[in-house]
Amino acid sequence: MVSFKINSSEVSFDGESSTPLLWVIRDHLQLTGTKFGCGIGQCGACTVHIDGVAQRSCVVPVAAIDGRDITTIEGLAPSEDKLHPVQEAWLEGDVPQCGYCQAGQIMAAADFLQRNPQPSDDDIDKGLTNICRCGTYVRIRKAIHRAAELSAGDKT
Amino acid sequence: MSAVAGSFAVTRRQFLIAGSGAAGSLVLGLPAIAMADDGDRMIGFFVQIESDGSVIIGSNQPEIGQGVRTALPMLVAEELDVDWDKVSVRQMPLGIVKTAEGYAWKYGGQGVGGSTGLTENWDYMRQVGASARRQLIRAAAARLGVPESQCRTKPGVVICTSSNREIPYGDLVEGAAALELPEDDAALKNVDDYRIVGTKQNTIDARDIVTGKTKYGIDTVEPDMRYAVIARSPVLNARVTSFDDTEARKIAGVLDVFEIEGPEPGEPYLILASGVAVVATSTWAAMRGRAALQIEWSASPNASDSSEKFWRENEAMLKGKGQVVLDDGDFDVAIESAETVITHQYRVPFVSHAPLEPQNCYARVQEDRCHIIAPTQMPSGASRAAAAVTGLPRENIRVDMTRVGGGVGRRLTNDYVAEVAMISNKTGWPIKLQWSREDDVKNDFYRPGGVHEMHAGLDGDGNVTAWAQRLASGSKYYRRPNMPDEELFGAELYIDDFPRRIVDNVRMEYFHNKIGLPRGSWRAPAHTANAFVVQSFIDEIAHETGQDPLQLRLGLLGEEREIEYSGHGGPTFNPGRLSRLLRFVADRIGYGKALPKGRGIGLATHFTFGGYAAHAMEVTIANGQLTIERIVAVIDCGLAVHPNAVEAQLQGGTIDGLSTALGLEITVRDGQVQQSNFHDYPLARIAMVPSKFEAHILPYDDTPTGVGEMGIPSAAPALTNAIFAASGQRIRTLPIAGQLRRNV
Repeated sequence: MVSFKINSSEVSFDGESSTPLLWVIRDHLQLTGTKFGCGIGQCGACTVHIDGVAQRSCVVPVAAIDGRDITTIEGLAPSEDKLHPVQEAWLEGDVPQCGYCQAGQIMAAADFLQRNPQPSDDDIDKGLTNICRCGTYVRIRKAIHRAAELSAGDKT
Repeated sequence: MSAVAGSFAVTRRQFLIAGSGAAGSLVLGLPAIAMADDGDRMIGFFVQIESDGSVIIGSNQPEIGQGVRTALPMLVAEELDVDWDKVSVRQMPLGIVKTAEGYAWKYGGQGVGGSTGLTENWDYMRQVGASARRQLIRAAAARLGVPESQCRTKPGVVICTSSNREIPYGDLVEGAAALELPEDDAALKNVDDYRIVGTKQNTIDARDIVTGKTKYGIDTVEPDMRYAVIARSPVLNARVTSFDDTEARKIAGVLDVFEIEGPEPGEPYLILASGVAVVATSTWAAMRGRAALQIEWSASPNASDSSEKFWRENEAMLKGKGQVVLDDGDFDVAIESAETVITHQYRVPFVSHAPLEPQNCYARVQEDRCHIIAPTQMPSGASRAAAAVTGLPRENIRVDMTRVGGGVGRRLTNDYVAEVAMISNKTGWPIKLQWSREDDVKNDFYRPGGVHEMHAGLDGDGNVTAWAQRLASGSKYYRRPNMPDEELFGAELYIDDFPRRIVDNVRMEYFHNKIGLPRGSWRAPAHTANAFVVQSFIDEIAHETGQDPLQLRLGLLGEEREIEYSGHGGPTFNPGRLSRLLRFVADRIGYGKALPKGRGIGLATHFTFGGYAAHAMEVTIANGQLTIERIVAVIDCGLAVHPNAVEAQLQGGTIDGLSTALGLEITVRDGQVQQSNFHDYPLARIAMVPSKFEAHILPYDDTPTGVGEMGIPSAAPALTNAIFAASGQRIRTLPIAGQLRRNV
């Protein structure tokens, strides 16, 4: 039995302990915003925050998260009415095309901006490696800069 | 809702789209059908108006990221005359109706491929909106007792001009729905009066996407649903001979294991391969069960297929004589009398679609009916696939469409729908089938690879007088039903492409190589290969004859004129529209400016399925390292209906073209695909994309073309032409991968 917190709710899982966190989130908790893309930690579509740090949940066995705190895309916004600055910037820049990778992109960017509040393009190139098959990278880059501005504004 | 209300749903336009033959019976037969699934505030199938004035517009096409789910409702809202911020969009299922003459479309033709989602529905959707508006006006006129000519609309409201009375649409909808539809088309707005079309609007689902609420096929959860995966043959065209499921069945959650019969080698595909299905209580249990299977596979006729052999065979073929598929003028005489003759060979690899949402589908097959929930580009194909597997009549198969996590052409083929229907049919359970990424990379309908041999003859003034393209490839049409060998070329050489009807003596020759890799339509199909080859070759001709690459292209393309184009995207092609785009990108990027050593600018342009695009790229090559410094991309898609999506498609198409040219290739050894996931099929990440990236839209006239595929073809040759300009190294084989020399 593994117990952990997800989006502020206490949950537990008593299945096979090697099950990747991704499939526990998707199949068992039915939080489907977190996506399956590759299963080997390459694409980042499954990115969630574990204790506030972005991780690719397809390669994290559920056994490793006992007692920890998970945030998924469904839990990123502070409230139903107020989005996270990264979500806000993504909306403003109309980033998504098919949209499938965007939950992972947003979760990765939200964590990245915590560590790099005013990133250069070079920082972005080095720090963000999620795959977008539609090629929304031009707008992603712009949205990250915008999110940095929005976050800075929130703090003042 | 009255019976006649439903008849409104059938405009003459829809009747036309539905196809000839089924006409009369379709129109008369529809009202009862319309009543069956429509709400009571509907005007026809597409428009629902609530009492608070909010409007729900149906979208009949699959949304794969190209933006139709926003663009088509924009057309309806424009003609209906409502405010866009009052509009929400509802995805419509597949609508087919059985008639005496066969199946006809209920909601107009449905399916997205070939960049036709918007163009095929441009007239239809405007007519849907305009007709609904006319019904509202008629209802208002009847209520007020005034002639219709005294009524007009402003957003969401009918106004009687004589009495200055206003009635909101929400109060008129039931009356409007009850009125019979006039026989003639409703009048459409002038382009100059558009308030929504052509304006910048966000993706209608963007908020749901960024909050994780949007449902893709993979997110389907239905009551009593079980999860399935399939172990498919690792060797092309091998089949299951026996399997041992002892260990698989010991895994907690595994419910059933059985064989899936695949196609015979050479037979048209319903599904891709023979395999063993594992059904379980969760995706992970099914995957673990599959990993525990022991399967014996048969020998395969393709067991010795390899990429090396394929390329060798193609090169050998090109030494012989192929099928001449185009022979304008007299190529032999022209090349014989040419002052200069230039010949080069280019190689374009097999590539995989790899949409980020791996293939998946839900099916529930019951005795007399079937329900499919599919991420698909071709819902009618999904219906046919399910019918073929279950034997059920298509009118008893419901196909719901989700938002699709990338199409790229992969989901034109509904093999995964057939698979899940097989599994549900066999088990009796509602099933969600899940492919892994490895399943997807190793089992695709790949973009065909080929070797292109190009010949050009020039006169003493540097004019191109003779042109030949000789291609040896594995045709996409291979294993299609009823496809004669002499028509296989049609998927790989588009005979009306540039420079036909521009250069007098043009020949195209085709050689077919029957490698066992499945082939299919990959975004902008053969345009991706041919634009790379033709735009590279033009560049080479310019450099080798001392001409400027831009001027040579402009000289050939010339000024605006319509020339015949019988292929998809026709009936005409205006090469002057490409000239305009080339001049634009050359100007924007500063073509001709002095550049430091190791830096260069490359250009390319191409006409794709009715739309026009061009690219200019500036790159640096230093010590074998490529840096893309700057990209200028431009599209001429006629009228840009949804400019925000046009720009996105141009950006994304460009990046797709570059990503593919830089590093993507599917290879085969011993009959097995060698790539499996993103570590060895490395799609571009953000670091590849330069900060300086401009995407421009140059409007032309007042009719839209599609936009989904136009951004790709000229991207790769603009890059390789820039690499040549920077380093003197000509890339004739894709992908570029590790080819760049260090000593430049």
